[in-house]
Amino acid sequence: MEILYLIIVLAPLLGAIVAGFWGAKIGRAGAHWVTSSGVGISALLSIYVLSGFISGSRELFNGTVYTWMVSDGLNMEVGFLVDRLTAVMMSVVTFVSFCIHIYTIGYMAHDEENWPSDSLAGHNSYQRFFSYISLFTFSMLMLVMSNNFLQLFFGWEAVGLVSYLLIGFWSVRPTAIFANLKAFLVNRVGDFGFVLGIAAIALYTGSLDYAEVFSRIPGLADTQIQVFGNTSWSLTSVIGILLFIGAMGKSAQVPLHVWLPDSMEGPTPISALIHAATMVTAGVFMVARMSPIYEFSETALSFVLVIGATTAFFTGLIGVVQNDIKRVVAYSTLSQLGYMMVALGVSAYAAGIFHLMTHAFFKALLFLAAGSVIIGMHHDQDIRNMGGVRKYMPWTYWTSLIGSLALIGFPGFSGFFSKDAIIEAVHHSHIAGSGYAYAAVLVGVFITALYSFRMFFLVFHGEGPRDSHAKHHLKESPKVVTVPLVLLAIPSVGIGYLTMDTMLFGEWFDNVLFVLPQHDTLAELGEHVHGPNSMIMHGLMGPALYLALAGLVVAWVIYTKKPGIAEIIKTRLEPLYRTLDKKYWFDEAYQFLFAGGSRGLGNALWSKGDRFIIDTVIINGSARTVGRIADWARTVQTGYLFHYAIAMILGLLLLLTWFVIA
Amino acid sequence: MLALTDFLMLGAILFSLSVAGIFLNRKNVIILLMCIELMLLAVNINFVAFSHYHGDAVGQVFVFFILTVAAAEAAIGLAILVVLFRNRRTINVEDLDALKG
Amino acid sequence: MTFELFVFYVFAAILVFAATMVITRKNPVHSALFLVLAFFTSAGIWLLAEAEFLAIVLVLVYVGAVMVLFLFVVMMLDIDIATMRAGFVKNLPLAILIAVAMLVEIFLVVGSGNFGLDQFAAPSPLPSDYNNTASLGSVLYTEYMYPFEIAAVILLVAIIAAIGLTMRKRPETKYQDPSKQVRVKKGDDRISVLKMDAED
Repeated sequence: MEILYLIIVLAPLLGAIVAGFWGAKIGRAGAHWVTSSGVGISALLSIYVLSGFISGSRELFNGTVYTWMVSDGLNMEVGFLVDRLTAVMMSVVTFVSFCIHIYTIGYMAHDEENWPSDSLAGHNSYQRFFSYISLFTFSMLMLVMSNNFLQLFFGWEAVGLVSYLLIGFWSVRPTAIFANLKAFLVNRVGDFGFVLGIAAIALYTGSLDYAEVFSRIPGLADTQIQVFGNTSWSLTSVIGILLFIGAMGKSAQVPLHVWLPDSMEGPTPISALIHAATMVTAGVFMVARMSPIYEFSETALSFVLVIGATTAFFTGLIGVVQNDIKRVVAYSTLSQLGYMMVALGVSAYAAGIFHLMTHAFFKALLFLAAGSVIIGMHHDQDIRNMGGVRKYMPWTYWTSLIGSLALIGFPGFSGFFSKDAIIEAVHHSHIAGSGYAYAAVLVGVFITALYSFRMFFLVFHGEGPRDSHAKHHLKESPKVVTVPLVLLAIPSVGIGYLTMDTMLFGEWFDNVLFVLPQHDTLAELGEHVHGPNSMIMHGLMGPALYLALAGLVVAWVIYTKKPGIAEIIKTRLEPLYRTLDKKYWFDEAYQFLFAGGSRGLGNALWSKGDRFIIDTVIINGSARTVGRIADWARTVQTGYLFHYAIAMILGLLLLLTWFVIA
Repeated sequence: MLALTDFLMLGAILFSLSVAGIFLNRKNVIILLMCIELMLLAVNINFVAFSHYHGDAVGQVFVFFILTVAAAEAAIGLAILVVLFRNRRTINVEDLDALKG
Repeated sequence: MTFELFVFYVFAAILVFAATMVITRKNPVHSALFLVLAFFTSAGIWLLAEAEFLAIVLVLVYVGAVMVLFLFVVMMLDIDIATMRAGFVKNLPLAILIAVAMLVEIFLVVGSGNFGLDQFAAPSPLPSDYNNTASLGSVLYTEYMYPFEIAAVILLVAIIAAIGLTMRKRPETKYQDPSKQVRVKKGDDRISVLKMDAED
């Protein structure tokens, strides 16, 4: 049993090592074969594991593979916890990753064109890329299969590292380097909270093992701790919020979301795999995994809810004004991550994970479709330059349509079930902030439809590309690109319908996700909904669907029917447009506050602290003071014998006086 | 009767005189050396007096040692003086400030 | 007033007078001679304190050796007395002030209140067969053996130091070098053949 899980984890690692260290030797084909087959094996075995859980033949596995060290009673181990949640994540990760591997063969086929001819990094960049994405798959599997916080943290940081490497993959582009540094730094902020959270857990429970920690959390529910002086905080709230700060970094929640749009500097397969389908959902997975902790802190849940709702709504709005095809999808990802967080915030963990799964498929699909268009447009990513692509790229067109419909939650598509479940769960929730969250997610639905179809219409409909040269070369992408699109389109359509009842209302997540009865919004929803068809009927009666359709129609009117309207709205709502175009000035604010602040602080420390206090006052100052004292003191040494004699006699007199008086 | 305090006072007077001598003849190293001899004499008088009044010969042993050291000091001091004079042609203390800071 | 006391006062008066002269005379030779007088009188006072051996040592060592050395040096060196005396008057008030202050303070301690006859009764005179030298020796060579030997070493060091300091080699001095004499060789060292033009 253990061996199976080990193979799942290690197969991609082996591929990564082989492609990474012997890439030059095995060549391009060798690299993509070895990595793809490694991930393929993982994917097959993961689905086998999942099917085992579905059929009920497989039991939960929780075991330690290797004890790294024991320090002061704290076990640091490598171990796997494979339950239904893990199985879902494993299958999603390896399946999407496998699709991406195949897709990459086509996408990166002409990668050498992206490098200057004299760039050393350009050599074997193809193999390196495959090594990285396989390494990523390994890290992500370590993250989701972990049975303890240490390994979770290892996976957490490892995916961050690979993300950093891949965003800056085209290291000759300054923007890519800027973006990967930004991603790295912003993630450090989140990881700081994450590490503090893990430390708090280790401190108060004395264990890093999930099962042990979760068994002790109920006993600690009423514990108050002192943070910042005398303020008293609930321990579970502190842990929950600290861990969530880590999730905010990794899953790009406001205000730590700024790195995700910039991460689009990386190659598109990466945007699909890491920055849409898997890594950014690690935060969602983590919070769901920690549900036994979050359930005991309404404060933490509300925090998650409000942050998630804010992200869902406001980043969606930005997506409406973006012109870079990948950035539109990136903001869409941010918004959808917000939805998942909202689901977690109202204790509908199953809905969050469900949305995570459906989103992984349709968002990866959308990204890959965008990548396909980018290939066709010869790496021009501006949607204003596109148009009429439908005629040239039918496969891409139809799969994109499926992805977009899934994204906006068109009834029957997978996104519909997951998103509607979230909206309904928020509706049924009574936790603080749920009113705000409900409004945000509802309006968010309209916005989602608006930006999705704005992009869709701009890219695929209307007149042909402005650039006649591009038009001339525009043709459907090769099979290695379209096959993954189709592979992903299938679950984008059907997975929701098939699994919704089991995952949301069934026994699938029993004993995996922990929900207190008073928080169980999904159960409340389950009383009204029986099966996917009933869910569709239920959806037809709710506002969400009509908002989505309204968004679709508005996009159609503005961008296809009357193309002039967009410009009019833009000029009429100039301040709003500017606000959105500048992304609420987050980047500028951070640039000013943190970059400028640290520069200012550094400058101040340098000029005042280092140069003035240390150099001038302490080092030169002490030398000068000693020099000055010595300068004065040396005049005491007159060299005249009688002065010394007088000093001695006066000293003697003094001692004598003291002796007489005392 | 001759009291201990008489000896001690005599020693005190002698000591104070030599202190005054150091101040007065501050430029003449030879007189300075003589004043030091006087000081040692004053101390020796005290030792001898105490030895007498305590009936203990140890005080005299000390005087013996002090005499030894004083003799050695005088010999070396004068030798230094001679060498000094030979090199500098003066024993004026005011001219001897080579160790000035 | 007993005879003893009278002798003491006489000696003490001479001693103080001699000391005053030592520090006030212009001529260092006079100072040295007054110092000799001071030593003599203090030797007398020590006799009163029944320290006969030390009294004679003081005369022998100090007057006989040290003071002669002083006189010798004073006379050997060509000292400009006038410049040496400069500042004598100027320093007088300060000298008197400090000396008097010190004297008063010492008197406060050693006055008859603390060291009078009441506290320290005069010891009964020693018997006539008492030998001060012998008793001193018996202490010195037993209990104070090591300090005594150290004192001897100090004197030796002083001798070597004094000689080492003052000895100098004059180029014109003729002296023998035994090591060179021993190392001399038969041939060239003893006879040197000079070549010179024949003289008419």
